[in-house]
Amino acid sequence: MRTKNTILFSLISTFFLIFLISIWKILATLQGLSINSFNIEIIFIFGFLISLAHLVIGDRIKSIYKSIIFSSIFVFCDGYLIQKLPIWYNVGVFLILYFFTNKISKYTFIGLKEEHSTQVILFDFLTLFGILFFSFVILFPFYMMLVTSFKTQIALLVNPLDFSINFGQDIKDLFKSYFVIFKSYKFGKYIVISTIVSVGTVIITLLFAIPAAYAVARLNFFGKTFLSTSILIIYMFPAIVLVIPLYTIFSQLGLRNSIEGLLIVYTATTLPVAIYMLQGYFKSIPKELEEAAILDKLSWFGIITKIIIPLSIPAISSVALYVFMIAWNEFLFSLMFLDNPNSFTLSRAIQYLSGDAETPRQYLMAGSVVVTLPVLFIFVYFEKYLVSGLTAGSVKG
Amino acid sequence: MNDTLENTEKKTAYILTLPAVLLVFSIILFPIFANIWISFKEVELKDIRIPEPRAKKIVKSISNEPTKIKILYKLRNSSLIQEIRDVTFQDNFPKNFEIENLDPRCTYKKQNLKCEFRNWPAKYKENFQVIFATNDGSKIDKKKLKTIKPKLDGKSDNILLNTNFTLKNFKKVLFENEFVDLLLTTFYYTFFGTVGSIVFGILTAQMVNQKFYGRTFMRSVLLFPYVAPVVALAYTWELLLDPNSGTLNSLLLNYQIIETPINLLGQKYIEINILGFDFKLRLALTTVIMFEIWRYFPLAFLFILARLQAIPKELYEAADVDGASPFQKFFNITLPQITAVISILFMIRFIWNFNKFEDVFLLTGGASGTRTLPINVYQQGFAISDIGMGSAVSIVIVVLLLMFMFFYFKLLGKRVDEN
Repeated sequence: MRTKNTILFSLISTFFLIFLISIWKILATLQGLSINSFNIEIIFIFGFLISLAHLVIGDRIKSIYKSIIFSSIFVFCDGYLIQKLPIWYNVGVFLILYFFTNKISKYTFIGLKEEHSTQVILFDFLTLFGILFFSFVILFPFYMMLVTSFKTQIALLVNPLDFSINFGQDIKDLFKSYFVIFKSYKFGKYIVISTIVSVGTVIITLLFAIPAAYAVARLNFFGKTFLSTSILIIYMFPAIVLVIPLYTIFSQLGLRNSIEGLLIVYTATTLPVAIYMLQGYFKSIPKELEEAAILDKLSWFGIITKIIIPLSIPAISSVALYVFMIAWNEFLFSLMFLDNPNSFTLSRAIQYLSGDAETPRQYLMAGSVVVTLPVLFIFVYFEKYLVSGLTAGSVKG
Repeated sequence: MNDTLENTEKKTAYILTLPAVLLVFSIILFPIFANIWISFKEVELKDIRIPEPRAKKIVKSISNEPTKIKILYKLRNSSLIQEIRDVTFQDNFPKNFEIENLDPRCTYKKQNLKCEFRNWPAKYKENFQVIFATNDGSKIDKKKLKTIKPKLDGKSDNILLNTNFTLKNFKKVLFENEFVDLLLTTFYYTFFGTVGSIVFGILTAQMVNQKFYGRTFMRSVLLFPYVAPVVALAYTWELLLDPNSGTLNSLLLNYQIIETPINLLGQKYIEINILGFDFKLRLALTTVIMFEIWRYFPLAFLFILARLQAIPKELYEAADVDGASPFQKFFNITLPQITAVISILFMIRFIWNFNKFEDVFLLTGGASGTRTLPINVYQQGFAISDIGMGSAVSIVIVVLLLMFMFFYFKLLGKRVDEN
């Protein structure tokens, strides 16, 4: 039992180490280092020996010294085997090994004897693995988007794996792609249009949604249940189904290629979500406040502006942020309704840019960074509001 | 007293909800009915532009006669396929103007030239010329004349409003050989995308539910793909997967894992040999599904995480006392607690994935075996410019969705009854 658990523990931890080192090697390769193999066999042997040695040595040496010793041995051997790599690469390997030996330091021979110990170890390492794996898989495309926008076409053709950024160069050269898209491709204008459309959608949606949500939350009227269920059903309905009729109607009314047309469609598609989210919050406001207001002879307009809105600022701001993000990210309708480059939104402009096969990829990526940054910034900054809103059953996508 | 109060409450409610309801109905519900109407018609993209009578006004001075002027109207029917009936024409002139050659179709009264041109067939063109002279001998200001624009009016059939119906579109959609393939592709895309995103959602939620350093940061990072704009993400993926100089292929070549680059988004099938059996995997479709899972598992993650955090700790403590292993805890406590969320997620994601257009459109444009029903709506309606066909495909989507919802709720209803 003990031997089996020991071997399993060493195997699991070794695979984890291999994973860590492989990710580091991929990232190093993308900085232009020529690393042509993962050397999995060698890392496997080292990892296995380190895990075993760790168990055998146990408490006899202080764990911090143990970690440093193991890491140094590994770095020395690894550096000796794969020569000519810069010092920062080896520092990285050392830190990874230090992290790894720290992680395994809590497992001992005694612990391995306990019931389910292998499952516990597997779970622990799977969690660690998952955290790193998902961080890598998710952040990698964003990282590549950012780095590509700072490269030049020629540099990428010479070595498609060298994404290192030369910070020594002139600011103008470094941000060249950004200067180009703003100067030659009118991205400044598209940012303005996108902002007008998104902020406009937020304002109109809130103007329509707050009274409607208040009525659904508080007042009794015929057709109330019908209204609240149809809101949910409409919310489920696909945008692609609306495209053709709206296109024909908008063409005949001359609303295509206009900001007004987009505003109407965006408002209509975000209204159901907004009403649904707001009415849930309005219901949680104590009724007594309104009853007092009615005694003071306040009209419904007064109740909404003087009581409901001030009390539900957090909910309203989270709805506003959501509607903003939906409108900013929207692509389908802007593709259908806009075909004049003078009225493009950012998303449509990037798609238009990519339609030309000659467009260098760094411009495309610079455009992508420009359209992504505001959304991610809003999301990270207001995360607390937004996450609770997300789970309230919102954001279509 | 009570009655009036109730009445005012009702009235207020209607006033408050009316703007929102009207807007949503006109932009969302009306188009769905309009779709049914259009799907039974033979309409093409070029037909939907309403034919207009147009006139271009050209002012020409006549040499040696400064008090006279020639005005040329280039008249035409803007439509190439439809006629315009009862075209009327009006233009105004300064007070001192007298007309020299009055066309029999026109009258000139009070400085107003009015003509009745009757019917203009499709592609109709005419150069219509009038000559004016000033009655007080003063010179003519050409610029001023140009600023006055003629008014034209006419009646035409709006092809969308007539009552010629046909079943041709549906016949074409349903009985062409491609339909089964289209359905299957859509089904694979929807089903595997949904299941994949839920599986990854469970894994990540389970992971973030444990305590570790940087957990809140991890939670926001996991949501990045969901909140970032599709356009940016799709193009980034396209660059990563590009066969010629894409990062993924370059990396794989660099580590000698593959010998020739793989065109992940442009190749329909790939032969895979597993245990001596040859499989044909739909490569581009699989890649597109991967993108979809990558982009939408955060939603599943959030829902499941919220549910996991609501599971009482006592359940796990009791299981610990009984000596349950981590896997037993997961399968016997966690999973049963999240089945309800999973079934809701399955429905939401299934419906939304079924209608997903942008992702596939931006990644492959529907090429190499990734044509789903929503892509087909676009291709029929705008690439082939057959609006009627596009509408018919939309109707098929709606019907399939309604069927799915019906069976889903029936099944779910039964399960609730059993419990």
